[in-house]
Amino acid sequence: MASPTPQRMRPLSPHIQIYRPQLTSVLSIANRITGVLLSFYAVALVVWLVFAAAGPQVYSTIHGFIRSWFGQMVLFGCTYSFYLHLCGGIRHLVWDAVYGFELCTIYTSGWTVVVTSAALTLVTWAASIGLAG
Amino acid sequence: MGKELMRSPLGRARGLGSAKYGVEQWRFERVTAIALVPLTVWFAASIVVHMNSDYATAIAWLRTPLAATLMVLLLTALFCHTALGLQVVIEDYVHSGLKFPVLVAMRFGCFALAVAGILAVLRICSGV
Repeated sequence: MASPTPQRMRPLSPHIQIYRPQLTSVLSIANRITGVLLSFYAVALVVWLVFAAAGPQVYSTIHGFIRSWFGQMVLFGCTYSFYLHLCGGIRHLVWDAVYGFELCTIYTSGWTVVVTSAALTLVTWAASIGLAG
Repeated sequence: MGKELMRSPLGRARGLGSAKYGVEQWRFERVTAIALVPLTVWFAASIVVHMNSDYATAIAWLRTPLAATLMVLLLTALFCHTALGLQVVIEDYVHSGLKFPVLVAMRFGCFALAVAGILAVLRICSGV
């Protein structure tokens, strides 16, 4: 009788790192990452509302942060995450209605999400800067 | 004897799927997503308009019945959607005994944030 095999790490089958990144997989994980990021921005929204309710002095501290270059960068990240998750989410809702599963349609809708979310981010910031000036 | 016990195993399983009652959560995540499309677009447009507003102007905007109503609806739909989305992420990546406490903490957090946000809106509306 052979003695029992000693405990050792068993080999694992390869995971996603063996695949070349594709538009489909990148957009899939991007939708999840932006969703998690937007959860943190949702916390920031509540903080902003609570500070606004606390009065002008308290509000000025958070307003000062938003106006700073770091605050503006955070807000820019929020805008792009929001539009990517919005457009990606609408693409998912179309899939949920069982439309757009042909391979060429999947790539067309994928690139539409990338271009539209970038364009909406730029339009939003152009409008914001335009209204400020 | 209960009606469920009288049914055949196939009859009990039919339509439930492997996740049993999971389909309700899946559906509610989509329903909140649909609600969030107009609500978040309205919010983004409002922020663009009020980016450079002073405190009095921002508060005056939040006090209008339309803005207050939409803000409460946004907070409700947003944190329902956040809780459902984060639940899926946690269930996918946390497999240890931490899974249940992390899920409960996330749910409590979402609920507390939604309540805090709604109360802040109501406080602004009732006059600080």
